[in-house]
Amino acid sequence: MSLERSPAKRREGLLFEKSVTGKRGSDAPLWDGPEPEALDSHYLREEIAGFPELSEREVVRHFTRLSKLNYANDEGLYPLGSCTMKYNPKVNEKIARLEGFAEAHPLLPPESAQGCLQVMADLERYLCEITGMSAFTLQPAAGAQGEFTGIRMVRSYHQSRGNPRQVVLIPDSAHGTNPASAHLCGYRVEEIASDDRGCVDLKGLKERMRDDVAVLMLTNPNTLGVFEREIGEICAVVHGGGGLVYLDGANLNAFVGVARPGDMGVDVMHSNLHKTFSTPHGGGGPGSGPVGVKDFLARFLPVPRVVRGESGWRWSADFPESIGKVHSFYGNFGMHVRAAAYILANGAAGLREMAEAAVLNANYLRKRLEGVYHLPYASPSLHEVIFSDKHLEKHGVRTLDVAKRLMDYGFHPPTIYFPLIVKGALMIEPTESEGIEDLDAFVDAMLRIAKEAEEDPEMVRSAPHTTPVGRLDEAAAARRPVLRWSPASEEPRS
Amino acid sequence: MRYIPSSPTERQKLLKVLGLESIDRLFDTIPESFRLKRALDLPPALPEADLIEQMGTLSRKNLDLHDSALFLGAGAYRHFIPAVVDHLISRAEFYSSYTPYQPEFSQGTLQSIFEFQTLICQLTGLDAANASLYDGASALAEGILLAHRAKRRNQIVVAGPVHPEYLKVVRTLVTTLGIELKSIPAGESGACEPDRVATQLSPQTAAVVVQQPNFLGRLEEIAPLVEASHRAGAVCIVVVNEAVSLGMLKAPGSLGADVVLGEAQSLGVPLSYGGPYLGFMAVKMEYVREIPGRLVGQAKDVQGRTGYVLTLATREQHIRREKATSNICTNQGLCMLAATIFMATLGKQGMRELALQNRARAEYAKAALKKIPGCRLPHPGPGFNEFVLELPRPASAIHRQLLGKGIVAGLPLEQYFPDRKNDLLITVTEMNSRAQIDRLASELREAL
Repeated sequence: MSLERSPAKRREGLLFEKSVTGKRGSDAPLWDGPEPEALDSHYLREEIAGFPELSEREVVRHFTRLSKLNYANDEGLYPLGSCTMKYNPKVNEKIARLEGFAEAHPLLPPESAQGCLQVMADLERYLCEITGMSAFTLQPAAGAQGEFTGIRMVRSYHQSRGNPRQVVLIPDSAHGTNPASAHLCGYRVEEIASDDRGCVDLKGLKERMRDDVAVLMLTNPNTLGVFEREIGEICAVVHGGGGLVYLDGANLNAFVGVARPGDMGVDVMHSNLHKTFSTPHGGGGPGSGPVGVKDFLARFLPVPRVVRGESGWRWSADFPESIGKVHSFYGNFGMHVRAAAYILANGAAGLREMAEAAVLNANYLRKRLEGVYHLPYASPSLHEVIFSDKHLEKHGVRTLDVAKRLMDYGFHPPTIYFPLIVKGALMIEPTESEGIEDLDAFVDAMLRIAKEAEEDPEMVRSAPHTTPVGRLDEAAAARRPVLRWSPASEEPRS
Repeated sequence: MRYIPSSPTERQKLLKVLGLESIDRLFDTIPESFRLKRALDLPPALPEADLIEQMGTLSRKNLDLHDSALFLGAGAYRHFIPAVVDHLISRAEFYSSYTPYQPEFSQGTLQSIFEFQTLICQLTGLDAANASLYDGASALAEGILLAHRAKRRNQIVVAGPVHPEYLKVVRTLVTTLGIELKSIPAGESGACEPDRVATQLSPQTAAVVVQQPNFLGRLEEIAPLVEASHRAGAVCIVVVNEAVSLGMLKAPGSLGADVVLGEAQSLGVPLSYGGPYLGFMAVKMEYVREIPGRLVGQAKDVQGRTGYVLTLATREQHIRREKATSNICTNQGLCMLAATIFMATLGKQGMRELALQNRARAEYAKAALKKIPGCRLPHPGPGFNEFVLELPRPASAIHRQLLGKGIVAGLPLEQYFPDRKNDLLITVTEMNSRAQIDRLASELREAL
């Protein structure tokens, strides 16, 4: 296999370096009205110093060239574990751009926005059915904001019973957003250790569960891709102590149509529309993190809520116990439309098929790589599989090196060094969006890298060799941060 | 299902490799008692053509802007978006990639974030900007948390009219942390009175928050508020929810503001019924290690080539967990890219002209509307592209009447301020033609 993924690429200069005085890429619309009296000069700025001046042509070239420095999910396997880089159906982009949706102002009177309200009401209903929860809010703009929203409702619930409680229990395998969100809600975080299967240690949980615990934040399947099969008992223990169970639904895509969190005893959960429901990741957002609750928590949901009135859908803020708002308006509606379109395109059978194919693909990768790569937990995998670099240690090759070398073979690396309970973790999630050929090509690359680690470890350690830039010195970048272009020099401003 | 590339036969082949007789066996770890024994109750699967048809029908139940005139803003603005913006953000390399965890494979995204950060610094007159936040409201909440951390004080003074929806979000976020909000209403002029604000500051004040232009469309005097904040040892936070105004208004950073944050939806992001939008935050260098969210910095590779990386990650949740500056994980990637392309396309001249033209059209509208008998401008001082119009009668009925004629006559302010029953908040952008403005005036005259 050739190392060349594509011809060596030149560095693309910054917008500011390309700027030439007097150029422009756009003209203001025609205005034939009078010019107003000028504002007093103390309100007015001089020109925006340093702002670029480019022709439209150059802007298009610049961003097209930048785009080619990215690897894309539409180009090939992108197995970032926990991020669920599944295919983003093109029709969803078309639908989100329909003028009626894209040009709808959020403060239109409801009678002028019935289409948007209908989409949101439908999506809430679909999510209730898919998860077994009783009610949803679509307001949170991302999974982390969903976590905050959920835990904030938990706090209001306990508060309504006289005591908000103090502690949030979080397994040591959890996403970093879990403890950060709990902290923002004014709670103290306590980690609970995983057992040797990588699951919540039920005995430890029983011992810890007291009336200071507000909620357990559980990810299921957890970040090892393992289903917490004792979830029924876990919920019973937490409920027995008067606590609630929050489900981080980041991995809902593993079991849609097979089972429902609401049937397992979960009280409140979020789901990432950009994971399970295919909305594009966009280079890091926008996401969307709807939150579902059981009936007894519905009175705490954020306002406004979509309700059915006499003449159609409308917004209601008439929920006095609500936690309030978490978004300027109603959440990332553009993502709601895409997710609703995805659910409608799939139907019940299609969604289940999605989960099945995702789990099948992950297990196939596991089977083919097991032995060559170290599998730290033998528990059965659902949608993702976690390996470590233990077998490569003797050659002085680490997880980071494997990740970098994968790029030379034309694959995006998996999530690395997460979950934290696995030393040198390689977290691989192929999703359902890969066929056998691509899975096999990925396996071949991983197997070759293992062989290279043995035969030519230095070559692996110095990878990647074919990317626009090599490994960047992140430590130096953090020591003397250069966070913006400055005209005078390339030296840091601080 | 058409989105899944493997055929049923191929899947059988994979199952065989795994030694499983049926696909259900993959889910053996899910206890039988929790298995769903029926199909989900969802509408039947739709082929692509039918899906477009069905969603198209829904989209047409919303207001048709071809037949109507929109004078509504209040934190979400309809501006012209050059065709290049949507064309470029639709490139798969941008929209189907993720957070640039692997810099060698993400230089396009990283460099565009670095460019965005620079553009925001230039617009706001500050030293460092992050890679974006969810929206204006959460940017304000994050800014307040920043001030709370940096100053270890618990009181936030909100000076003058700040977007009511932002304040609702702030309340949800900060009240559990023991932060107290103190609002100081605007004076008769519709803008805040810096001297009065100064008397309300105390050694407990972490930050003074002021919006420019404010929620009623009036320009605030930033310099004296900055001075008062600093005298009290507090951070001065300037909120901007109509980012187009920065094309002509003095950069708040150049007036001494410590933090400038808000909503940049105006810069190339469609209205889309309220989201996804684009929160931003820029700070003085002394606060950079307190800034929430992703930050991109310049770096060198082993061969000395310049590249870009995510940096100062020790602030963030995936490293610091509960001690992080924020729980935010991603940014608003694609919206940020849209804004970067928008700003690059308009450029130095275009941004200024766009701002000037928004004000020119708003001033034209003000002049036309205040001539209508019974109508007045209660806060006639300097503004940008929004203003309050007071009608002789309750505004909501008139608003509804005009809606029937295809005119969205701004926002009835009663929904936020019960004592403003007769007031409309009117917004005029470059999307409102002279003919539209004239029609608003004549229909309003007739309705009254």
